[in-house]
Amino acid sequence: MSATSWAWLVLLFPLVGSIAIALGFRTLPSKAAGLIGTAAIGAAFICGIAALVCLLGEDPEARHHASSLWDYASVAGLNIRLGIYVDPLSVFMVLVVTGVSTLIHLYSYGYMQSDQGYHRFFSYLNFFVFSMLLLVLAGNFVLLIVGWAFVGFASYALISFWYRRKTATKAGMKAFVINVVGDIGLVLAAFLIFRELGTFEYEDVFAKAPQVFHTNEWTVVAICLLLLVGAFAKSAQLPFHTWLPDAMEGPTPVSSLIHAATMVTAGVYLIARTHTLFVLAPTAADIAAFVGLATLLVAGTIALVMTDLKRAIAYSTMSQIGYMIMGVSIGAYSAGMFHLMTHAFFKALLFMAAGSFISAMANKQNIDEMSGFGKAMRFTSITFVCGALALAAFPGTSGFFSKDEILAYAHARGGMYDIFQILGYFGALLTAIYTFRLVFRVLPGKPCKEAQELIDTGHLAHETPRNPASGEEEDTDVGFPGAEHHIAEQSPGMKIAMGVLAFLALFAGLVQVPGLDETITHFLDPVFADSPLAEIVPSVGASWAGLAIGAAISVVGIGIAYWLYILRPEMPAALIRRFGWLHTFLVNKWYFDELIDVLVVRPALAIGRFANRFFERFVVDGLVTGTEETVRGASSVAHRLQNGFVRSYALILIAGFAGLALYFLIVQS
Amino acid sequence: MNIEWYIVLSALLFAIGAVGILVRRSPMVILLCLELMLNAGNLALVAFSREVGNQQGQVFALVVMVIAACEVVVGLGLIVAIFRRKLPLNVDDLRELRG
Repeated sequence: MSATSWAWLVLLFPLVGSIAIALGFRTLPSKAAGLIGTAAIGAAFICGIAALVCLLGEDPEARHHASSLWDYASVAGLNIRLGIYVDPLSVFMVLVVTGVSTLIHLYSYGYMQSDQGYHRFFSYLNFFVFSMLLLVLAGNFVLLIVGWAFVGFASYALISFWYRRKTATKAGMKAFVINVVGDIGLVLAAFLIFRELGTFEYEDVFAKAPQVFHTNEWTVVAICLLLLVGAFAKSAQLPFHTWLPDAMEGPTPVSSLIHAATMVTAGVYLIARTHTLFVLAPTAADIAAFVGLATLLVAGTIALVMTDLKRAIAYSTMSQIGYMIMGVSIGAYSAGMFHLMTHAFFKALLFMAAGSFISAMANKQNIDEMSGFGKAMRFTSITFVCGALALAAFPGTSGFFSKDEILAYAHARGGMYDIFQILGYFGALLTAIYTFRLVFRVLPGKPCKEAQELIDTGHLAHETPRNPASGEEEDTDVGFPGAEHHIAEQSPGMKIAMGVLAFLALFAGLVQVPGLDETITHFLDPVFADSPLAEIVPSVGASWAGLAIGAAISVVGIGIAYWLYILRPEMPAALIRRFGWLHTFLVNKWYFDELIDVLVVRPALAIGRFANRFFERFVVDGLVTGTEETVRGASSVAHRLQNGFVRSYALILIAGFAGLALYFLIVQS
Repeated sequence: MNIEWYIVLSALLFAIGAVGILVRRSPMVILLCLELMLNAGNLALVAFSREVGNQQGQVFALVVMVIAACEVVVGLGLIVAIFRRKLPLNVDDLRELRG
């Protein structure tokens, strides 16, 4: 079987899984839904590996195939096929998405066990994976947009999964609206591409673009900026990032799957996929890189002060995606994709561990209330530390190699791009501090009430569950993961998933050691061969120098966190008192929500109110009422004629004929 | 004989029929008046046919007679039905079609 056939199967399994679970929700026992869901994604992963094997058996230059099943739309010179494009980049994404998703399904199998919406959850989850795979495998911009929009919908459905929770439904709407703004950008970009190049197929677009566009011509810059709107909205970059922290209202596996490992990386994939256009529009690429840099710093600072465990990790996700966006924009394509992969591993793991802690805390997410879990939950704690080490880029872990590779490339490109390296290292310092802030606040110390109960009796805390955001009592029917909680220590599925991810978070970096193997660079090279930026390669010496700096920064950051939260535990409070204004500013997330409220929401509301008061009331109502009045007036005349007397009808008839006859007589004579 | 006589007779019959329809209330009489008007038409058709010298007018007259027969069947049927249901045989009282 060829690579494309395997790729079609990759798409087929999650779709079938989603539909099967959705249709069988009455008849399937709940465990079966979880098993079907997990098996479908697992099968997709295996097909992905088969596609990889097929590709590896070919010449590196010949490793790209387009395949289409049928015409999706064929009208007026427009021929859109339901086609996929299989090359190392899409196969790489397929493997990351399906691989991590399989583990997250396995985790959800245990974690969501007592949720009333178990079937719904797995059906959504499979649908999400299908949409994401459609997005990465699409062979033209139209199908990309279809996948893009499906992913947005799946995200909405899963964030609002506990639909009795008001905060959750609001967060879902927010995510959906911001994602649609991005969709509009992407659609407009596709329109422009079609106008200029007359095609939507990737192969044709990327072949024609260098011949049609001059470097930095306004059209290609406009296309790239519109693509960036889509990428930023999906990848939660400034100023479209506000939905991601709110999306933590969804169940924890959803945070882990969508908002860390897969969906939010779609923007990175998009930039990597359309790198040909970005090479032609260096201005747009630089804007993207600067936005990525700004996001990684802003999100890093906010993560320093967040007290909500999941939200702190969510901000760290934004920050790490900032690195990836920066990487693929300045030309460090394979480094960016490599960071995408390692980030998927350790961030999914961190969320899983966080979910396990939150379960043990009876759904409380505030780290101020957590302490001493190191003793109570050994396995979760160890995996949490593995993930944290990788996120903090501790020497030897996966995050260490991937992050520093991006920064080394920035330095190798030189000139203005050195800024990215310097500020990138500053961001890495922030990362190490905020990551280990979480570790040092949750794991050591005197066990809190819930942890003590777990140590003493092995039971989980069971309080009346309350919404961590609003304090409302939870509806345990559909607004909460059920009356029972599940932690990794007591659920083998969760344990396996976290164990595998912990292993990957620690050691996946070894496939890409500078000067040694660089597997991923070699694999992805043919995709990016047409970009002149891909020829810039940091020397092995420079890479190792960068790694050394990165190692030092990581250790220093962890040290600062240790000093602040273990050695001098009174210090953070003193700092907050001393820099109260800064703390308030960060706790309020740089006032981005308020800024968007003033700049976008309020003007839109004002326009809406104006339209309601004047346009709707006078123009629309006037038109409708006027028409109605005219018809009513005219019909009242006709109404009087219909009196029901046969002879009056006859009179009208005869008089009419007589009149006609007279008329013709007069005309004739 | 001159054609004017026939036409005048036809017009008179037609006018009598029309006035009858307008002023009488019994459905039976209205039906009769209708027949009168149809036959006035027939008379005119046949007269013109003879005047012009072809047969088309006469054929039309035959068709009109057939239709008149059908109409009588339906009309009388209606009248009998109204009578059977003990409704007043007065067209002014049958005003359900008022708009």
